[in-house]
Amino acid sequence: MAAAAVSGVLVDLAVLYGQLSLLALGGGPTIVPEMQRQIVEVHGWMTAREFAALFALAQAAPGPNMLVATLVGLHVAGVAGALVATLGLVTPSTMLLLFALTVWERFRDAPWRRAVQAGLVPATVGLFVAAALLIAQAADPTWALGALTAVAAGLSVWTKIHPLWLLAAGALLGVIGLV
Amino acid sequence: MSAPVPNPPSSAAIFAGFFSVGIIGFGGVLPLTRRLIVEQRRWMTAAEFTDLLALCQFLPGGNVINLSVAVGFRFRGLVGAVAGFSGLMAAPVAIVIVLGLCYGQFAHEPAVQRGFAGLAAAAAGLIVAMALKIAAPVRRDVPMAGLAAATFIAIALLRVPMLLAIVVMAPLGIALAWRRQR
Repeated sequence: MAAAAVSGVLVDLAVLYGQLSLLALGGGPTIVPEMQRQIVEVHGWMTAREFAALFALAQAAPGPNMLVATLVGLHVAGVAGALVATLGLVTPSTMLLLFALTVWERFRDAPWRRAVQAGLVPATVGLFVAAALLIAQAADPTWALGALTAVAAGLSVWTKIHPLWLLAAGALLGVIGLV
Repeated sequence: MSAPVPNPPSSAAIFAGFFSVGIIGFGGVLPLTRRLIVEQRRWMTAAEFTDLLALCQFLPGGNVINLSVAVGFRFRGLVGAVAGFSGLMAAPVAIVIVLGLCYGQFAHEPAVQRGFAGLAAAAAGLIVAMALKIAAPVRRDVPMAGLAAATFIAIALLRVPMLLAIVVMAPLGIALAWRRQR
């Protein structure tokens, strides 16, 4: 890729993740549907299945669950892209946080603050469920993989099993060809 | 916000504390962060931690990422905020970049592809479980569940841009919550 094209992609990544940063209500997963829509449909950087694979890889790494942004950046524009996407995703929300920390004392107990927090719950829930459906759709092209998703979800809801065991079991079942 | 801590942690201690959370935290680092701050290092009381977490959850962004910034800022200002954030993110970002480069190298191997298909399906299961847990409290609240369903349809089925969905749904939810509060 020419240098101009690379820097153009870096700008695209910074703009995309800068926007997503301020939209991430209730944490990382709520922006997954928009991330997928932008990356797959708007920019055409990868297929939905490739995105699901990167999402899975991010889940298998330690740390906060927003690292899929790092991997998207890496895939699109190498290590520079990974850093731009990661910083793009955290910088705007961090600026907002630093500002809010200085005024939190004044609005913590305000009635509007509680109304805003309670009022954002339904949108957050809808976004979470949408993220789950889109990721499952992309990750489960076969019935066997769909069954694996369902079993992993069930075990995660009803038992205290560590998520890393579920990921390891899924990868192992895949390698030996059972799913 | 509260009385100053007798022994505020240094920026290096803040970096080291969040580094340990980042490197061992798989599938949800919030419980680990709480244990570190409240129980092991005793930088804050449980009530102070809960209060700061409420702000971090109220604002956009990853909750633990926000916490690393807020905790560092509280004790050591901007330097502390950078220490907390970079402590939390340094190892995971480096690890995920290495994983990503390895994946790119071996993505064409059939065994790697099958392993990844299985991994992705299990990872999808984890996020389905997270969605079920977060949706459970809203289930019986018909107006709120209706707004959640409308958001879901707009995002997942109609593929509406997220900003548009939030600009419509958030005010409706806030108005509903406001009316109930009065």
